[in-house]
Formats: sequence, C-alpha cells, structure tokens
Amino acid sequence: MRKLFTTDHRSLGVLYLLLSLAAVATGTLLSLLMRVHRIWPDTPLPLLGLMKPEDYLALVTMHGTLMVFFVLTVAPQNGFASLVLPGQIGARHMAFPRLNAISFWLMALAFTILISAFALPSGAPLSGWASYPPLSAIASAGPGQGTGMDLWLLSIGIFCVAAWLGAVNLLATILGERGAGMTWSRLPLTVWAWLTTSILTLLVFSVLLAAAVLLFSDRHFGSSFFVPLNDVVNGHVVGRGDGSPLLWLHLFWFFGHPEVYIAILPGMGLATSLFANFTRRRVAGYKVMAAMLVAIGGLGLLVWGHHMFVSGMNPYAGTAFALTTMAIAVPSTVEVIGWLSTLWGGGLRLTTPMLFALGFLSFFIAGGLTGPILAQPALDTYLHNTFFVVAHFHLIMAMAGVFSVFAGIYYWFPLMTGRMMNDLLGKLHFWISLIAAYGTFLPMHISGLAGEPRHYERLAGPVVSFSEILPNERGITWSAILLGAAQLLFLWNLFASAKRGERATENPWQATTLEWAPEIPRRRIERGPYEYENGGTESMFRPQWESASKQE
Amino acid sequence: MPWAPFNGSLEGARIDRLLLYNLIAFAIVFALAQVWIIVVMLRRKPRGNGLPAALRWAMIAVFGVLYIWTGIAAQRLWANSQFAGPAPEAMQVEVTGAQFQWYFRYPGTDATFGAVRSQLVDAASGNPLGLDPADPASKDDVVSSLLVLPAGREVDLRLRSLDVIHGLFIPGMRLKENAVPGMILHVHFTPQTPGTYSILCSQVCGLGHARMQARLLVVPEKQFTEWLGVREHLRQAGLAGGVSRP
Repeated sequence: MRKLFTTDHRSLGVLYLLLSLAAVATGTLLSLLMRVHRIWPDTPLPLLGLMKPEDYLALVTMHGTLMVFFVLTVAPQNGFASLVLPGQIGARHMAFPRLNAISFWLMALAFTILISAFALPSGAPLSGWASYPPLSAIASAGPGQGTGMDLWLLSIGIFCVAAWLGAVNLLATILGERGAGMTWSRLPLTVWAWLTTSILTLLVFSVLLAAAVLLFSDRHFGSSFFVPLNDVVNGHVVGRGDGSPLLWLHLFWFFGHPEVYIAILPGMGLATSLFANFTRRRVAGYKVMAAMLVAIGGLGLLVWGHHMFVSGMNPYAGTAFALTTMAIAVPSTVEVIGWLSTLWGGGLRLTTPMLFALGFLSFFIAGGLTGPILAQPALDTYLHNTFFVVAHFHLIMAMAGVFSVFAGIYYWFPLMTGRMMNDLLGKLHFWISLIAAYGTFLPMHISGLAGEPRHYERLAGPVVSFSEILPNERGITWSAILLGAAQLLFLWNLFASAKRGERATENPWQATTLEWAPEIPRRRIERGPYEYENGGTESMFRPQWESASKQE
Repeated sequence: MPWAPFNGSLEGARIDRLLLYNLIAFAIVFALAQVWIIVVMLRRKPRGNGLPAALRWAMIAVFGVLYIWTGIAAQRLWANSQFAGPAPEAMQVEVTGAQFQWYFRYPGTDATFGAVRSQLVDAASGNPLGLDPADPASKDDVVSSLLVLPAGREVDLRLRSLDVIHGLFIPGMRLKENAVPGMILHVHFTPQTPGTYSILCSQVCGLGHARMQARLLVVPEKQFTEWLGVREHLRQAGLAGGVSRP
C-alpha cells in the first residue's frame, strides 16, 4: 500500500506508465475488433456476437480517447517526466510531490469512468474523440449519447484538471528545482520538450475543460452554446437558443492540435538524446534543436484551423491556417535533418532503445511528409476525413509516439527495476512491430485516395461498395493483428525482465545525462548534456556529474 | 488517375494533378530518407562528426522551397474555388443532410427556395424538410433523394443540415464540405462527364453514418430539363411537399 500511495517521483512515474499500459492494451484490443469488423461485418464475434453500427462507432470513440489522452499524453509527459525529469536537472524531487500523486489518481479515476461507459445498457458514446455537437449535445441523437456521453465528458473534465496539475508541477520543477549550474544550455533536450509541452498543456487543456463544461451545460442546464436555433433531432425541435456547432470545433481543435505536440515533443527530445548516446556524438546544433522544439510548440498553437478547411470556416481563414501549418513543417524539417546529420557518420550502437528511436524517426518522416499535403486546403477538400488522414496521424502521432515510448521504456528500464530488458526479445519486438506497423498504416493511404471515409463500420453501403479496396483492407487487418500480437513479446519481456532480468550495471548505456548519476551530485554542474567524444566507438564521454577539471 | 475514383468535374483535374505532383515529390523524399536510415545502420565503422552545417542548411533551404511551392500552388486552387462565388447563371440546388439521408431541393420555376420551418419537419408524412405550405415560393419546390445535374453547367450548392453536422462528399467531383445545422454554406463546381457518382457522408453523424449515401446523376442538358419537368409536373399535380423518388 505504501508503494501505491507514494509521492516519490520515480514510483509515480512507474504508476503513470502502468496506467498508460492498461489504456494502450485496451485501446489496441478495441482497434483489432474494429479491423476485424470492417472486413467481416456480418460475422458474429466470439463473446460479443454480431456488432451493430453503433458498437463500431463506440469502439472508434473509445479507442481514440484512450490512445490520445491516456496513452500519448500520460506516458511521454507524465510517466517519463516523473521518472527522470528531477534526476535530469539535478533535483531531489518534483516541486510538488503530493500534487504529482493527486494528478496520477485523478487520471486513474478518469480512466475508470471512461471505461465504465462500456458497462452501460445504452453503450459507450459514438461521436468520435472530437465529439462534435449537436451529435454530442443531444442525448436522442444516438445510442450512447445519453449517459455514455456524460461519462465521457466527466472523464475528460477530470483528465483536464489532472493534466493541468501535472503541467504546473513540471513547469515549477523545471523553473525552480534545477541543481546548481544547471543552466538552460545544459538541459537535456527532453527537458526542453517537457518545458514546451507543460506550457502547451496549461494553455490548451484549460480551453478543453471550459469547452467540456459548456457542452455539459448545453446537455443539462438548458444553455445553447453549441446547438443552433430550430435544430431538429429525431423528429423533435431541440434547438431553442442560437448556439454554433462551429464554436466547439474551434475550441476543441485549439486544444486538439497542440495535444499532438504534447504527445510527440517528448519523443523528439528523447530521440535526440538517444541518437547522441548511441552514435557517441554530440548533438549537431544543440541550440537550434532546442529552439525548434519550442518553435514547434509555439506555432502549434496557431494551426488548429487546418482541421476545419471543410467545416464551413471562412475560406480566408483556411488560407491563414494553411500558411501557419506549412510554417510548422520548417522547424520539423530542421529537427529531422539534425537527426539524420548526427546519424550520417554511422557506427551506431544498435541497442534495442536505439532501434526504437530509429523506428520513431522512420515513422516521423513517413507521417510527417503527408502533413504538407493535408495542409493544402484544395487537396484536403478531397482527403479530409478519409483514411489518408487516418494513415497520416497514425504514423506521425501513434506509431512515432509509441515507438518513442518503447525506446524510453527499454532505455530507462534499469532506473525503474535495476535490471535490463532482454535484448533479443526487444529486437524481435522491434522488427516485427516495425514491419507490421508499416503494413497496417501505409496501405491506408491507398484506401483514403480511393475516397474511403473514416468512421465507416463497413465498406459496402447502399450506393458504393468500395469492393476494389477490399484486398487492401484485408491486408491492413492482418497486419494489425500481427502488430497487436507482437506486443505480447513486449509484455512478456517487461514482466519477466522486471523479475529475472540481468542486473544492470551502473550507467549501463554510458550516458551523460544526470538521471544516470550514481547519486545526486552535490557539486555544481559544469558540463553540457551530450559530451560524447565525437565519432569514437570507445567509451569516451564526460557525464554531467563529473567536474570540468577532471580530464580523461 | 488509377488511385482515385473517376473525376467527372471541371475543377477536379487540377486537384488531381496537384495531388499527383505532391505524392510523387513526397514519396521520393520518403524513400531517400528511409534509405538514409538503412545506410547509416549498415555503416559499422564510424567516420566524421555528421554532416557539415552548411550542407544541413542547404537541405533545409531545399525543403523550404518545396513547402513554399506547394503552399502557393495549393492556395491558387483554393482561391479559385473559394474566394470567388459561382457565376450568376449557376444552377441553384439545395442539399440538406438529416440522420441518415441526403435531400436535394430544386427551387422550381420561380427560381426561389420556399420557406422551411423546423416545426413542420415530418419525413413520415412526406415533408422531410418542413416546407411551409403558406409560402407561395415553396409550392413549386422539388425535393428529391437523387441529385440530378446537367453536364457542363456550373452548380451552386446550398448546404444545410437539420440535425447534426454531416459531411457532403462527392469523390467523383473532388468535392467535400460539411453541412452544419444553423448555417447555410455554399460550394460550387461544374460537373462535366455524364455518369453516376456516389455521394457519401464524411462526418460521423450517428449510427447510420456509413449508410448515409446517395447518387449523383450527371446527364445531358436536355435529359435534365425533361427530368425536372416531370418532377415539376408531379409537384403541381398535388403531391404535397413530397420527396419524389427517381
């Protein structure tokens, strides 16, 4: 029990990661059910029976919500930051240890509330993770839109508070708890990423919380923020005020787009650190790389309208948002070229965490390159809400994000358990996941170009059958099943290594950043974060906890 | 284009061309970057300290030019279709989304859409849009579940929704725009090639989302006039407000 109600930042980091493990396992199962249903829509599934259209949409909604909030926010931001942030900046603890615990328990509560929607007789909500009103505002608009939608709003509301408290804590820790000598240019790039994401979290989760409160008020207190006058749902006039559904889109995507960067920036910082470590090279252009992380976060606040090119938003606004979105491709390109440049000389130490960091890079490029295509409103007119978009964000956010989380887990596992994860299993896990992930998400571009919309529970409708993409869809489903199965290797490795894994040596990766210091340094920090002997395969490196005068 | 449904609209050809250029450009970059990653993994012997800074900035400049080019090319297309309205002689058709059906309304001989009232919406008794019988302009409005358009004439669609947000998606016309309750949105395009095209819903709208589909029939002008004439006639003959089935 003491371990459960801990305020110790490392233990809380592990708890956050376990929470997102539960969420990712659930979310993955839901996605496999969706994939199976899409290619065999009339086959009853074991235990679940025949899936109804509303069941499919509930799976989509819950899959998206779990993955975006409880996996891609909790693991990279709260999990890893709790685990290593204080160590990396030479602090003994987070600025507010109890707040950290409260934040975790609120997230666990939000997760439980969300999952409980499946137990409702009317089912889980079906309006997608973006929950556009009036569909999400009117209980009679669909099954699951009553109590199910209320639970969704409650869960998201609590999550917003928890994320907000977590971000306050991260920000206070980074600003106030750095050890002596830990100047801005000595921070590892992960810390720069967390600095950026915690500011983003403060700004955008508060907007989402406000939006959720307004929507809840529309549902229960007779207000009309999002429901227009004379709206008719299910034969009844429900719109009595003069609300605007478009307002929700603006509020939601003002949150929703920066959320993508909250999910991916820590992974970008981590990948930079791992590339330096496993090439034994300094980061090419440290200051530029840090500045670009911040620039991506800043520009990320100005691009939300690219989700709304066909929403009825003013077309001039479409032009403005297209330009800001194109602009964000520039710092992202600088980051990628920085990584490719660090890697160029070869001689990589291909450890499991390094492989996953390379996988992150591969997906970041694959998904990133379709970004500028979708940022062109004229092309988005065709591609919006097709599987092309599904492919795009699953590569850049889901796969790149999850591979960076895997990299972090394999890398920091010794800090959590004092043991190493099995290398052979780790490498198998990597290669199967990489191939299966490409097999799942690359062909989705083809379905999208063929015009297949998202959220379709079956390919064949009353007018169009999409039979020409059925073989493609079958391949996607089989790849997804393989991708899911490969994660069993990871689970096995995780739990077996925690118990019986090889004991980790001190600083097993020969890293330079402070979380690997044998003890919290009492001395002033006098070094930058990545002092590797450039190009050397020998263990020539100068950890941040060593003094500058000590020469090797 | 082999990868997309047949394009039957005037504007679609330019969208297809731009999309193709984009896909080719970014596929090449994708392949080069992946080859780069594979090559560095195979280079066991380390050499050098990474790329010289000048080369890095040169690469970044190349991408900057690529982004500016795609940005300008796409904005020109967008401006053409969105910044200017349709020609005054464009044909007017109203599209209304309702769970889970598309309705198409033609304004009739008076070229005016009659008033609609939400309180009168009653699909079961044949007035799915709530046409107001008290408004003389609504008397000749033709409501159809099939969208029939003459080839070669610009169309101005007037988009509405009764209940939740829907997405009007006509892949064969390269056209998509949401139908938002409380708003009237306009999109215009020119169907060119006669044929049958599918109309889908691209914004999740409830349990029937995947079956909210309709047909677009692009026909020669003469055939269109005949079709509309028959609908008008039936309408005048007292089929009150009803949806005329094709």
